Amino acid sequence: MASEGDRRADLEVARRSRILGGDARAVGVSLASTIFFFALLAFAITHAPGWPEVRQTFFDWHEFKSSFPEIARAFLLNVKIFSIAECFIVTLALLIAVLRSLPGPVFFPLRALAIAYADFFRGVPTILVIAILGFGAPALQLKHVPTSTTFWGIVALVLIYTAYVSEVYRAGIESVHPSQEAAARSLGLSRGQALRYVVLPQAVRRVVPPLLNDFIGLQKDTALVGILGAIEAFNQSQIDTDATFNYTPYLAAAALFVAITIPLARFTDALILRDRRRRQAGRVA
Amino acid sequence: MSALELESVRKSFGRLEVLRGIDLGVAEHEVVCLIGASGSGKSTLLRCVNLIEPVDSGRIVVEGAEITRRGVDVNTIRRRIGIVFQAFNLFPHMSVLHNVTLAPRAVLGRSRREAEAGARELLARFGLADKGDDYPDRLSGGQQQRVAIVRALAMEPQLMLLDEVTSALDPELVAEVLEVIRELAAGGMTMLIATHEMGFAREIADRVCFLDEGVILEQGPPAQIFTRPREPRTQQFLARIVAAGRM
Repeated sequence: MASEGDRRADLEVARRSRILGGDARAVGVSLASTIFFFALLAFAITHAPGWPEVRQTFFDWHEFKSSFPEIARAFLLNVKIFSIAECFIVTLALLIAVLRSLPGPVFFPLRALAIAYADFFRGVPTILVIAILGFGAPALQLKHVPTSTTFWGIVALVLIYTAYVSEVYRAGIESVHPSQEAAARSLGLSRGQALRYVVLPQAVRRVVPPLLNDFIGLQKDTALVGILGAIEAFNQSQIDTDATFNYTPYLAAAALFVAITIPLARFTDALILRDRRRRQAGRVA
Repeated sequence: MSALELESVRKSFGRLEVLRGIDLGVAEHEVVCLIGASGSGKSTLLRCVNLIEPVDSGRIVVEGAEITRRGVDVNTIRRRIGIVFQAFNLFPHMSVLHNVTLAPRAVLGRSRREAEAGARELLARFGLADKGDDYPDRLSGGQQQRVAIVRALAMEPQLMLLDEVTSALDPELVAEVLEVIRELAAGGMTMLIATHEMGFAREIADRVCFLDEGVILEQGPPAQIFTRPREPRTQQFLARIVAAGRM
């Protein structure tokens, strides 16, 4: 009786590993098929009529090496924009999602405001918001507010991505069954406590993958701040290509973005897997 | 003074009248079982007592204090009333120990050490001593339901409401949960129990109430209700239960 849960868990794990395969033969087949596929792809590209020219303008190793250090330095600005914006986005978005989940007619104005905000900033193209705020806001000459383009670029990104991320959080909150809140309230927890200890932890766990999706999107969109004149990776690579008429610096910038986003994606996958293993080992479909 | 007093409690969901005037008193240390077909209002009645559902009219009085008054602090009232649900409703993202200590710490302001000591003692009392660090999904249904009972008990309630706590369990796991309830009754816990387990109700109840279409149609000691029910509807209901082999 006591080992009931354990036995079920073992059974489920065994079942899963059979479905996923994983024996030596399967590994060999997938390896061979991968090699064959990429060989075919490489052959098709290198035998295209325009390949010699493309190789010269996009895959110039010398150009790559000479432009890379400066682009990498400029990329630090992208990282900075991303990191600062992200901190604000995760907090503000959660606040807005919670506002939207408040029940009762008293909170209608707050709910309406949150809905209007999300609708508006998800509807306007990112590049427009950045342009409007980046070029318009400094012209207001507000006291005690920075006029730097980077600052307003960050504000624009925060406004846009908070709208997206608040929707993600909201979906997470709504996916937690009402019986969970009822159970928490029945123990004497206030609505706020139930939200904090019971609903939100479950909601946030469930939305980690879509959340990461938005983080990657944000990371890429930091390049849009370049239109305001800030010298970030994309702007720097554009300066380089303008000087040499060679497009290889674009690839250098792209490599830098990918170098950050891919590890981030794998890291999140690992987090999700760890959480699932810990909690759901015993769940039988 | 009775532990719980309901006076003409009514509750509708939209046009559906679920409770149509319930009068019921439960004395200290009394175990009252609610029986009746699905949809007769048993669960709604329990949920109203816990204020999960607001009543439309009528009064509910707990230990002399009316809890259906306007402006009453529901959080304070719920502390004194434990409820256990059919579907366990454990918090899946917390270990068993954390499930049990959450409310004592967050609501009663107990220290972590104090709350955990109390929780471990309760878990041990109900045969769950080695389960404290497990997550709910690792446990069998019977174990989960026992944890849910322990979680409610950790708040030291004066009254326990059990809402068909064995209905979601595999048949072989029912006994261990009933054993826990038996122990609670022996310890003098005041309980209001909605159940489909007629044999159990007969054994444990001081009084059995038959609910039919939102009213208590008949009530009395189990021996009377189960062997000499007066109302034709009660007789029909029990005949169906017997025919289904459930008694």
